Amino acid sequence: MEITFRLNGDDVTVATDDPTLTLLDWLREDRGLRGTKEGCNEGDCGACSVVVTSRDGVRALNACILFLPQLHGKVVRTVEGIAAPDGTLHPVQAAMVERHGSQCGFCTPGFVTTMAAAHLAGATDHADQVAGNLCRCTGYAPILAACVDAAEAPVPDHMHDEPPATPAMVGTGAFAPRDGNDLAEWYVDHPDATLVAGATDVGLWVTKQFRDLGDVAFLAGCEDLKVIEQDADVIRIGAMVDMERLRHAVAPLHPQFAEMLRRYGSVQVRNAATVGGNIANGSPIGDSPPPLIALGARLHLRRGGERRDIALEDFFLDYGRQDRRPGEFVEAVTIPRQPDRLHVAKLSKRFDQDISAVCGAFNLPTTDGVLSGVRVAFGGMAGVPKRARAVESALEGRALTADVLRAAADRFADDFQPLSDMRASAAYRLAACRGMLMRLGTGSARSVMDLDAAGVAR
Amino acid sequence: MTVAKPLPHESAILHVTGAARYADDVPAPAGCLHLAFGVAEVAAGRLSALDVEAVRTAPGVVAVITPDDLDPMPDCSPSLHDEPLLCTGDVQYAGQPLYLVIATSHRAARRAARLHVAEVEEARPILTIDDALEAEAWFDGGPRVWSDGDVDAALANAPRTLSGTIEIGGQEHFYLEGQAALALPGEDGSCHVITSTQHPTEIQHKVADALGVPMHAVRSEVRRMGGGFGGKESQGNALAIACAVAADRTGRACRMRYDRDDDFVITGKRHDFRIGYDVGHDDDGRVLGVRFRHWVRCGWAQDLSLPVADRAMLHADNAYDIPAMRIESWRLRTNTQSATAFRGFGGPQGMLGIERVLDHVADAVGRDPLAVRRLNYYPDRRHDGRHDVGGDVRGDVVPTTHYGQPVDDFCLGALTDALAERCDYAHRRDAIRAANAGSDHILRGIALTPVKFGISFTLTHLNQAGALVHVYADGSIHLNHGGTEMGQGLHSKVAQIAAHRFGCDPARIRITATDTGKVPNTSATAASSGADLNGMAVANACDEIRNRIGAFLAERHQTTPDAVTFADDAVAVGGAEYPFHDADAQAYAARISLSATGFYATPDIRWDRDKGQGRPFYYYAYGASCSEVAVDRFTGEYRILRTDILHDAGNSLNPALDRGQIEGGFVQGAGWLTVEELVWDDRGRLRTHAPSTYKIPCASDVPPVFNVDLWDGSNRQDTIYRSKAVGEPPFMHGIGVFLALSDAVTQRTGRYAHLDAPATPERMLRALNGTS
Repeated sequence: MEITFRLNGDDVTVATDDPTLTLLDWLREDRGLRGTKEGCNEGDCGACSVVVTSRDGVRALNACILFLPQLHGKVVRTVEGIAAPDGTLHPVQAAMVERHGSQCGFCTPGFVTTMAAAHLAGATDHADQVAGNLCRCTGYAPILAACVDAAEAPVPDHMHDEPPATPAMVGTGAFAPRDGNDLAEWYVDHPDATLVAGATDVGLWVTKQFRDLGDVAFLAGCEDLKVIEQDADVIRIGAMVDMERLRHAVAPLHPQFAEMLRRYGSVQVRNAATVGGNIANGSPIGDSPPPLIALGARLHLRRGGERRDIALEDFFLDYGRQDRRPGEFVEAVTIPRQPDRLHVAKLSKRFDQDISAVCGAFNLPTTDGVLSGVRVAFGGMAGVPKRARAVESALEGRALTADVLRAAADRFADDFQPLSDMRASAAYRLAACRGMLMRLGTGSARSVMDLDAAGVAR
Repeated sequence: MTVAKPLPHESAILHVTGAARYADDVPAPAGCLHLAFGVAEVAAGRLSALDVEAVRTAPGVVAVITPDDLDPMPDCSPSLHDEPLLCTGDVQYAGQPLYLVIATSHRAARRAARLHVAEVEEARPILTIDDALEAEAWFDGGPRVWSDGDVDAALANAPRTLSGTIEIGGQEHFYLEGQAALALPGEDGSCHVITSTQHPTEIQHKVADALGVPMHAVRSEVRRMGGGFGGKESQGNALAIACAVAADRTGRACRMRYDRDDDFVITGKRHDFRIGYDVGHDDDGRVLGVRFRHWVRCGWAQDLSLPVADRAMLHADNAYDIPAMRIESWRLRTNTQSATAFRGFGGPQGMLGIERVLDHVADAVGRDPLAVRRLNYYPDRRHDGRHDVGGDVRGDVVPTTHYGQPVDDFCLGALTDALAERCDYAHRRDAIRAANAGSDHILRGIALTPVKFGISFTLTHLNQAGALVHVYADGSIHLNHGGTEMGQGLHSKVAQIAAHRFGCDPARIRITATDTGKVPNTSATAASSGADLNGMAVANACDEIRNRIGAFLAERHQTTPDAVTFADDAVAVGGAEYPFHDADAQAYAARISLSATGFYATPDIRWDRDKGQGRPFYYYAYGASCSEVAVDRFTGEYRILRTDILHDAGNSLNPALDRGQIEGGFVQGAGWLTVEELVWDDRGRLRTHAPSTYKIPCASDVPPVFNVDLWDGSNRQDTIYRSKAVGEPPFMHGIGVFLALSDAVTQRTGRYAHLDAPATPERMLRALNGTS
């Protein structure tokens, strides 16, 4: 196949038979651009970050788990393309030098590209913007100071990239549907194929597990699956909506859902990962299902011309097994409109950019002072994202008092028999569920991370 | 004046533009081959058969080297010759290299390296400290014991005693650049290796041994590392040897880099410790005697474990003048990765042991831990910049440590008082206690802890360095020294020193890759010694050249050499002033040698390891930090709210770089004791082998208020510009975070927390719920 994109201002066409060639390997081994670094080869350290501009906007992405076909028709800037063509340093580069933001320098290209993408987008939530970039030398303070310094400077002209005209990707080796219909038709005939949305999980199948993906379809061109629609009854999220867009879409409706999504992966991961992917891969520790289940979301599936929708929790049958037929794919998820009574708690060793040990969502509507329509769902507590039915029934129809919470908290052991693993022991998982529920009774369900230096909630 | 200026890192612009080259960025000749190890999946047993047929026939594979192909088997150990490159029969740990794949690409090599079939008669592995004690598996012939004073009597006669144990987890280095090497075969059996190492000479030595050639046939080079932290002191040997052997056999360039997961699984980490203590003290909290037991999990091979465990013993006093101490140190052999050097080199573990003791004693006597610490401090020594002019209120007797070294440069009394005042410690501690009493959700804790860290290699002969300086006729200066650049800014400091000696613009100076062909017999860049040793060697070389130029110009101007001055990028003599490059050109034309070597050996140190007595350290570096934390009592989650650090870098060679070491060291130290948790399963397989499962601090973990200041004081020893080493000491400021977390728990539960490290949210909740 031939993949065309613009790289640091130059149009390039790559001919390859390997649809899983990563941008990082191509840059370093074929293109001879060795400024972009491999730190972990799984999208967790940010050393390989690049700036990608498409019709969806400007975003930082991890090149190590980005397959070249995903870039077709887009614009890529690597660290070599951040300074102006005449060599003038970009404001984030100048600030990094001025603030002593590099020591060993190995993470620096990834920081510079991530910071340049944030600078271009006008983002000022600096710690969040660089949460996906690990540095082992500086302790981050000078890097955050450099972010602040650079924010004032105008965006250099050369950073304003326009995506090139988009010819269809030509050749064989991978399928690139233009829309959902295209995908539906093809997938029925290729039910064993691998669907690649953001590749934040599939990427690791290749870079870490050396899995043969078989037939591959790249869904990036399915604009109709990227739509977010709202009406009086529901908000409908297309399967290809990325986590960063989901976060902003739910922020006005369910702020604690959005706050949890702020901690989902990193900017680079949220920019790539999709709602559909997070659900369809059936992980017991995917973070979007618990709040979606607690909100009563329905999942919309499509196989060829057939469509059906099911309650999201019914999709997850067992560990590694979902209610998805061959050739069927996730088209969208809908969330019923409702007053916000959703509390979400995500627990991990590191607060930001860590996979949950436990993720709990509590939807606690009240009618006339009693809980009515309670839905509680957890990730990390079973082989699938799962509702805590015993806890729900202990809450339903009662007032939210300390005694009721305590009695309900005792029921977690009836709902869940979690595993012990490297993230948490079974005992801690249960104790933490209990704590999350009991904390709702303090009237201050704020996270400890919301505290400022004086210990006051911000 | 270029010394003491906060100049940017010499490679800062290369870093931010992506132009800085690391080992795996160096372009290789055409036909370069790529290597990967196939590794053991079980931790212990007898390898009875290894079938690599599927590996050999995998796409892209050029050759497979198995143990049968290597006679003699190359050794990778920095110490005991106990690390065969490939497993020779007895599997020692899950992750041990079994064979070597040589392929046409990195990916092909990695993919093929999973296709072997290993038949292993699996044995029960020795994994934990208890396993090792039960199996009597240890190095060093048994425990090493150092004693000072009569501890038994001190404990027997003490008004009060207490005992405890603390478990201290290990730590993965997580240098952002993984291990990497490139070997270029040369003529006549020679080899040029380019690696990411803190110890080029050891790479040279081990590669020469593996190839069966003298050291002169191997040239070892490193321009920079993407982080080292001790993890590249010995752990790169296997890659360099593998590349050299493969290059020798194929006649082609060979390169290797560990994928991150392989790096975690194959290489060593910080030693985990269990420290037991029995302490005798009085009602005020004055410590009268401590009996320590250090149990050190060393992994399968000795590596650097003996000096690491020694350094833990040497820091068992930290800042405290303890009349009687006995330390028994067990260096335990386990079927896990061979634990290795990591910033602090055992010092942090030893220091955490005594800080736990002080904290525990303070709790027992019901006093502010800071007051108890101050009570037990060594006395401050006053000096006038050159000489000791007496002690503080406790008289003129210079106390000695438990290993007999006089503590004659102590400044922590004044430094601690200054920090406590700056950060408003006493008032905040009271306010926190009051707030906690009224809080059912968020608990806060605070701790102010000192650091006293000994500077020098304890293996005395390593305290030497060399340099090679060339001044060219155009006034540009090219220099090399024995130290390596891993981000700490060593080359920047050394360039500043050289510019200062020549009175020239630092832009004239270029430091190129550390190269065993330029400076021989180098020591590892380790033990915080880089600038102390190499800076002095470079200064000596620069002075040699400067003196030649000075003598030449003095003669030409009919004056004495001391009348020639080098400053402001010019040389002044007898009323004339020449631009620096002009002076050089004149010297060249007059046939003056403009090249010199320099050498330095640290004076006044001696150490008898068997007796545990002597003066192993040239001097101590000091500092103190105060950290405040907030803890969620429902889940055990926490964050650091504020940290204040006051640190002694002597006369700083570059305050910006030193601040960077202090901030970065603190965050890394706090990570060690909080979120960074290594988990092995019950079969000895490391379960946390990538950043998805092993979490180092990220940007939001930095305290929102983070004040770092340098202590205003010069080194009393005659170090380079009376600066102090700064690489390792700040790491131990992370101890304050751990003890602040402990403080929060103790306040909540009303009994001493006995927290183990790392204090993950899980451990915190267990401690809060009293279920630990």
